Amino acid sequence: MQVTINGKNYDVEKNTTILKACKDAGIEIPTLCHDDRLSPSGACRLCLVEVEGWKNLHTSCTAICKDNMVIQTHSDKVIKGRQEVLDLLISNHPLECLTCEKSGACKLQDYCYEYGITEGTYRWEMKKPYFDSSNPFYNFDSRKCILCGLCVRVCDELQGTSAIGFENRGFETNVATPFNEGLINSTCVSCGNCVSVCPVGALEPKSKEKFRYWETRDVRTTCSYCGVGCQMDLVVKGNKVVDVKPAFDALNEGLLCVKGKFSYNFLSHPDRLKRPMVKKDGVFVETSWEEAYNLIVNKMKSVKEYYGSEAFAGLTSARCTNEENYLFQKMFRAVLGTNNVDHCARL
Amino acid sequence: MTNSISEIRNTDAMFVIGSNTTENHPIIGAVMKQAKKRGAKLIVADPRRIELAEYADVFLQLKPGTNIALLNGLMNVIIENGLQNDEYIKNRTENYEELKEIVKDYTPEKVAEICGVKAEDIVNAAIIYAQADKAGIYYTMGVTQHSTGTNAVMSISNLALLCGNVGVESAGVNPLRGQNNVQGACDMGGLPGDLPGYQKVFKPEVIQKFEDAWGAKLSGKVGATIGEMFEGIEKDEIKFLYIMGENPVVSDPDTNHVKKVLSHADFVVVQDIFMNETAEFADVILPAAAFAEKDGTFSNTERRVQRVRKAVNPPGDAKADWEILMNIMNRMGYDKNYANPSEIMDEIASLTPSYGGINYDRLENESIQWPCLDENHPGTKYLHEKAIARGRGLFMPVDYVVSAEMPSEEYPLIMTTGRILYHYHTRTMTGREDGLNQLAPESFVEINPATANRLSILDGERVRLVSRRGEVETTARITEIIDDGVVFMPFHFAEGSANYLTNTVKDEIAKIPELKVAAVRVEKI
Repeated sequence: MQVTINGKNYDVEKNTTILKACKDAGIEIPTLCHDDRLSPSGACRLCLVEVEGWKNLHTSCTAICKDNMVIQTHSDKVIKGRQEVLDLLISNHPLECLTCEKSGACKLQDYCYEYGITEGTYRWEMKKPYFDSSNPFYNFDSRKCILCGLCVRVCDELQGTSAIGFENRGFETNVATPFNEGLINSTCVSCGNCVSVCPVGALEPKSKEKFRYWETRDVRTTCSYCGVGCQMDLVVKGNKVVDVKPAFDALNEGLLCVKGKFSYNFLSHPDRLKRPMVKKDGVFVETSWEEAYNLIVNKMKSVKEYYGSEAFAGLTSARCTNEENYLFQKMFRAVLGTNNVDHCARL
Repeated sequence: MTNSISEIRNTDAMFVIGSNTTENHPIIGAVMKQAKKRGAKLIVADPRRIELAEYADVFLQLKPGTNIALLNGLMNVIIENGLQNDEYIKNRTENYEELKEIVKDYTPEKVAEICGVKAEDIVNAAIIYAQADKAGIYYTMGVTQHSTGTNAVMSISNLALLCGNVGVESAGVNPLRGQNNVQGACDMGGLPGDLPGYQKVFKPEVIQKFEDAWGAKLSGKVGATIGEMFEGIEKDEIKFLYIMGENPVVSDPDTNHVKKVLSHADFVVVQDIFMNETAEFADVILPAAAFAEKDGTFSNTERRVQRVRKAVNPPGDAKADWEILMNIMNRMGYDKNYANPSEIMDEIASLTPSYGGINYDRLENESIQWPCLDENHPGTKYLHEKAIARGRGLFMPVDYVVSAEMPSEEYPLIMTTGRILYHYHTRTMTGREDGLNQLAPESFVEINPATANRLSILDGERVRLVSRRGEVETTARITEIIDDGVVFMPFHFAEGSANYLTNTVKDEIAKIPELKVAAVRVEKI
């Protein structure tokens, strides 16, 4: 079937949402509550579009295309509607961008900039503040929450944990754990997948480092814990990893677990080995690479000479790269002359 | 895995055995729960009532060490009810008659008795698995870490072949690998009998090929496994031990024995990112770069080769492992130099048929599942699609045999071990994360309330566990997750380590130790 978007005709499949049709046509629609992996919810109201013959503006994430539909995505009426939505959201949102950790990666901030919203014009009661800092890895600040519901739906639909939900109705609505007993007393497994999808600063990692997103660069890599091989971006400031974001275009489809998401501080831990060490009279003393190499190589040569190749054994590593494992076994086979190479595949 | 992680989303039935997936492979666990929501059936067999058990259509809380009996029981029900895939068996397998003969005796009633589960649950599980159009089996160390581990894996393969689930999308035989690159370490020849790509060291033509490529004389004698290395050190046959990125003092069975062996070794080199329990026994320690400090590739559990990229510099003078190894090889007079890991991958691809088409240019924009035979090969989503690799799928029927160590008067309980969500292996990395230590601070033992009652042990009480090999003190956690007569300990913790108790007895073929079954007693302190 065919639809007309902003005066141009497009072919679309049956059961396509207007949002998807626009996206496929390369037209960007602002969204705060939408995630391709989740069922549509229409919570944020920001993706409003105008459809010819329909009385009101409609949320494009929930409206399905019909044959010969005529859609406007950036008409004056639509822009005004979106500005109104942003005004309502920001009127009930603390303007703490100067100190908010999310600044620079906040979708609400970005859209307010795009749509020229400088402050909220609805000056009445603000949302009742509720903080939950009981989880060791992230904080929840209800004042910044825009109730997009992404965290609740990710936790339920993708992670399958359902640790959080909505409590109360209307203006009193909050994201909360059962009986408000706090995240630490819920079924939360600290995967942080809610934190990864929060478009604002309501769910924020407890970073050890102060950083601004515009000071960082992302490096795509593979998680170093279990064998699933999740892809993720290490967020790097200077020479330090300060945050981890899941990759969406990979096998893990935007999910990580507690270890992949939060357990990266070992990298810069003071206990890291920094220099080669040799044991002298039962005590380890630091040495140079040159001395360490000489000691190993001399020992290798003398063992090979006196006892032969079969006197060597090596444990390679399921933690190291393919290239390193390849070189390890090559060293044992081609240089030391033995197949005595194994690793902890059985453990 | 014969199949891919994403295929789980479209499966009709999942049979999870000996895998606490949501804790040990959390993202695969999440995908399984998504599949369940979408309508797939789920069968879980595990000695513990793990999270997935709560979602299962059938949960079989079997006694540790009885997997083969259960698998034979499932096949018995399938064949007795004519639910097997006759066409598949006829066209794609061989040795079916022998399988029929062996599983004939494993009636649901008999198996229920051996496994400590209900006969009707065995029947229901068998029907679910057999009636599903596409059914995948997912397993980990709960199947393999037994003295009969290899046989149990063959039994799983028998079940999959019986219902035509090998070489089919969203089905298959799927071992979930535990470590980030344990698949890659095996692929790269980190095994005593295998050169890269599982090319056998005892085949003269293989040796010839690698001798030509490497310009060195190679041995055609199969080398020593970890256990055999330790024996060799004790017998003074092995003098020089090089350990890269591994902590056997905590991870291997019978800790006292491992410590004795390491202190007996003539010369030990340890290359790691942290000082650890094993490095204490080293003569030289070399500081290595962590994953975020170097370039390379890991191969995941679904054979997917993916890039690892350098994000930050290593601390102090630490170097990437490949650089250290190359420097030592050069100093030993082997002159091959590599400017970067990409050049090493090119050499790997030239010698390893299954990695033949893999190079860093391709990996910049995609990940590739081996086998990938040449540069135009797209990689392989699932194995055995057109035909089983060996021609026909071979049924390898096996009988159930009891574990090496069964409960006795002196050691009346079965201890089984495993991992928990909040730590990784021997905690060298996760033990340095405050938040994880807050959530899982110390070693513990899970005890069923009935067992605890008999021993007058309270939740949170310090207890002593004793096996034939050693003893440890730990904290009791009284929980229904585990059956009466069975206790569970995570093996992550060096303090109160489960591996002081575990049995070193090994599977004769795979040489895997029986870490999942040890007879112990629990004492009040």
